[in-house]
Amino acid sequence: MGKRSKVIERDEVVVRFSGDSGDGMQLTGTLFSYTSAIFGNDISTFPDYPSEIRAPQGTISGVSGFQVHFGHTEVYTPGDYCDVLVAMNPAALKANAKWMKPGGTVILDVDSCDEKNLRKAGYETDDPITESKLSGYNIVKAPITTLTKESLKDMGLDNKSILRSKNMYALGLVYWLFDRPLDHTKDYIKKKFKKNQLIVDANVKVLEDGYNYGNIIQALTPSYHIHPADIKKGKYRNLSGNQAVAWGFLAAAEKSGLELFLGSYPITPATEILQELSARKDLGVKVFQAEDEIAGICTAIGASFAGDLAITTTSGPGLALKGEAIGLAVIAELPLVIVNVQRGGPSTGLPTKTEQSDLMQALYGRNGESPAVIIAASSPTNCFDYAFYAAKIAVEHMTPVILLTDGFLANGTQPWRLPNLEEWPTISVPKADVNDKDWHPYKRDLEKLSRYWATPGTAGLEHRIGGLEKDEQTGAVSHDALNHQRMVEIREEKVQRVANVVPELELLGDEDADVLVVGWGGTFGHLFTAVDELANEGHKLALAHFNYIKPLPRNTYEVLKRYKKIVVCELNLGQFADYLTMNFPDIQTQRFNKVQGQPFTVVELKEHFKTLLEE
Amino acid sequence: MAENCQVKFTDFKSDQSVKWCPGCGDHAILNSVQKAMASLGYKKEEVAVISGIGCSSRFPYYMETFGFHTIHGRGSAIASGVKVANPHLKVWQITGDGDALAIGGNHFIHTIRRNIDLNVILFNNQIYGLTKGQYSPTSKRGFISKTSPFGTVEAPFRPGELCIGARGQFFARCIDKDLKHSVVMLEEAAKHEGTSIVEVLQNCVIYNDKTHNAITDKAHSADRTIKLEHGKPMIFGAENNKGLMLEGLELKVVTIGENGITEDDILVHDAHCDDITLHLKLADMEYPEYPVALGVIRSVKAPVYDQCVAKQLAEVQEQSQIKSFNDLIHSGDVWDVE
Repeated sequence: MGKRSKVIERDEVVVRFSGDSGDGMQLTGTLFSYTSAIFGNDISTFPDYPSEIRAPQGTISGVSGFQVHFGHTEVYTPGDYCDVLVAMNPAALKANAKWMKPGGTVILDVDSCDEKNLRKAGYETDDPITESKLSGYNIVKAPITTLTKESLKDMGLDNKSILRSKNMYALGLVYWLFDRPLDHTKDYIKKKFKKNQLIVDANVKVLEDGYNYGNIIQALTPSYHIHPADIKKGKYRNLSGNQAVAWGFLAAAEKSGLELFLGSYPITPATEILQELSARKDLGVKVFQAEDEIAGICTAIGASFAGDLAITTTSGPGLALKGEAIGLAVIAELPLVIVNVQRGGPSTGLPTKTEQSDLMQALYGRNGESPAVIIAASSPTNCFDYAFYAAKIAVEHMTPVILLTDGFLANGTQPWRLPNLEEWPTISVPKADVNDKDWHPYKRDLEKLSRYWATPGTAGLEHRIGGLEKDEQTGAVSHDALNHQRMVEIREEKVQRVANVVPELELLGDEDADVLVVGWGGTFGHLFTAVDELANEGHKLALAHFNYIKPLPRNTYEVLKRYKKIVVCELNLGQFADYLTMNFPDIQTQRFNKVQGQPFTVVELKEHFKTLLEE
Repeated sequence: MAENCQVKFTDFKSDQSVKWCPGCGDHAILNSVQKAMASLGYKKEEVAVISGIGCSSRFPYYMETFGFHTIHGRGSAIASGVKVANPHLKVWQITGDGDALAIGGNHFIHTIRRNIDLNVILFNNQIYGLTKGQYSPTSKRGFISKTSPFGTVEAPFRPGELCIGARGQFFARCIDKDLKHSVVMLEEAAKHEGTSIVEVLQNCVIYNDKTHNAITDKAHSADRTIKLEHGKPMIFGAENNKGLMLEGLELKVVTIGENGITEDDILVHDAHCDDITLHLKLADMEYPEYPVALGVIRSVKAPVYDQCVAKQLAEVQEQSQIKSFNDLIHSGDVWDVE
């Protein structure tokens, strides 16, 4: 590779691959992010695709995108605005133009810009660049379709297969743009199509020709140079939030010595967890694809009664259906993890988009006083950690735990440093002791207030539990008034005592901050980046980000009361802010809310924080 | 018959006082279940009795086994989870016509379709008892109740038809107060691998008294019911001279000795026949057109869900290179950061 005519040095860059749903953009983006990660960049990715499988070709509703943010420094979000946009058709250009950074690079397949496609995308003129107000940008008008056909004309491939290789041409060109090696992608192609050498040869050739096309146009196009990041040594792999959740449970099963059972029903955007665990029969996972959401959780409750580490996974509408059964797990005091991958609501809402609007449902969406532990993951890879801890708390405290993630975390990926399970905490299973003469079904661990797990098959521990209130002493059905009050209080107190094992709230940033930013769950990356960038610009801000919602960390009040100006940022109309006010009525908070099915952008957060700082 | 003579049916009685109404058919069914379990030589600790909501669903509290009284309609989903989690357990589900066929209808049919090895006892009293007398999905058309003061305008489910229609492989029917026959039905159900449904015609003494009397009353039951036994001719009647024949596609009640009909002309019951046609006909017979069929109507071997799950797990575990969490995370695309 020769010396490049023009190179832009950057700490971090955002690239977006965008095309029709059938153009292979998700794969293209994934391969690019792998190569960047292996090169040593920190990365964060996010796919953005329509809920229709194949929306009408060439239209904006059919546009599928994949965004990669990678850098020489740590990156916490997939990025708001793109430095580089690959647009495979006019609709992709039109849909993404407003997300371009000023002066960014657009690679457009000009072959796709015919009259028909321009009109389908809603362009009124034949000059989409000007019409999308991208005239001042660095536009690479590449005839990708023609060049791909040219590249493969002697290979003996049918036209359809040739056109399907377009994405590899575009990918090759982007590799040139960032001076990245092609090895990983070539290996992938060889593995993926190992039964069809012709397809392997064709894809590799197109990839290389795309790369070489960069050399030809280099006089016109600057390339970017991003050094590897300073990342902790170790073995890494890319992990999505949904995969991380599944793997967290696998780790918990192995650590606890329990068999893993998942009862679930497919629902966007949680389905990948069900799929991932269905494939893990080699690790003994029992997966029950139920007839509905209710049966999903009920089979899990049955499995928990029988002694398995039991999980159910869903998204908002499914959590609503599971409400009654969660109540059963609460009163039966059985361990159970309910994963809710939140999406836009109410009702079917925005199935493929992200939101944080199920917090109150998780906390209170059940009949009666029905306390459960609520935990929220805050990055794709820490979905692993919180799934593990959700399982640990559920088992050790004999309680249902609701783990909240969201569509943004679920589909986003980050490099994940492979853990050494031996360094992870043990999970001790509170089995009832057959030799304990005083044992009864509701005998409790006096420290945790949890009962013991007496599983069918163990002689001497035969007992009956159920949804009716039980006598505190004997476990028999009881309608006694005072007993009911005691049992209600015990179940609440049991959940509150989980705070004894929950880490304290950590304050990130300036102790003497003028503004304390408060967030929870999946917004961490954006909030942290905004606070960090403003701190670097000389502002005094701090971030308190919550992963444990119920119970709240022990020092929550102590942290919050130190700040006069607190802004609670969340992707709903203020549910966590309300919850804080309920718990700490003297803490005054302001709110910054967004309910658009999209994550915050760092830009909008910074703007808002600046106005707060100036007030 | 009992493998373990040590087990007495009283061993299965819990210390809780039974709180069903005096005269309720549930008392008899509880006795039948305890007798069947003793006769089967069950150990108390290997039995899990799961129920939903309703009068019948209080059942687990009266059994000295593992028991779980769950939520309305979901008993079979919870029982399915128990069985798949631990296939060694004997899992019995207690349910009623409201619990299984109304609110739990979806779980009922899917459990049957999967053929999970559960023994389901369906107490059919054609009424909602615990909520004090509303019509149920098995109440006859026109039935007067608190929520149908002018009579229902809906057709009832026939549990046998629903079970077989959902690809059920075992369906039996018996009468609450006929303990001897009920015990045999429960034993047959227990021995069957896969979901077995035993419909017990049960009397609600308070809200729907004598609902089954037309067929269960001793004075008439011999003429108005037929006890089917595999391999035996379908003969019934106080004088043992009535039988069932096929005429075209319809069943027909005939009298042996009349019109030249002999015992050889009578249908012989084949409970193990895979084809459902005749089983459906038998399950659907209603008085007064026909005698109501009691006994094991259908008992067919088919792949059992929980066994298939266990088998698949073992096969994949045998073949896969991934034996632990650590193997898994190191498989596929992994890179080193030096």
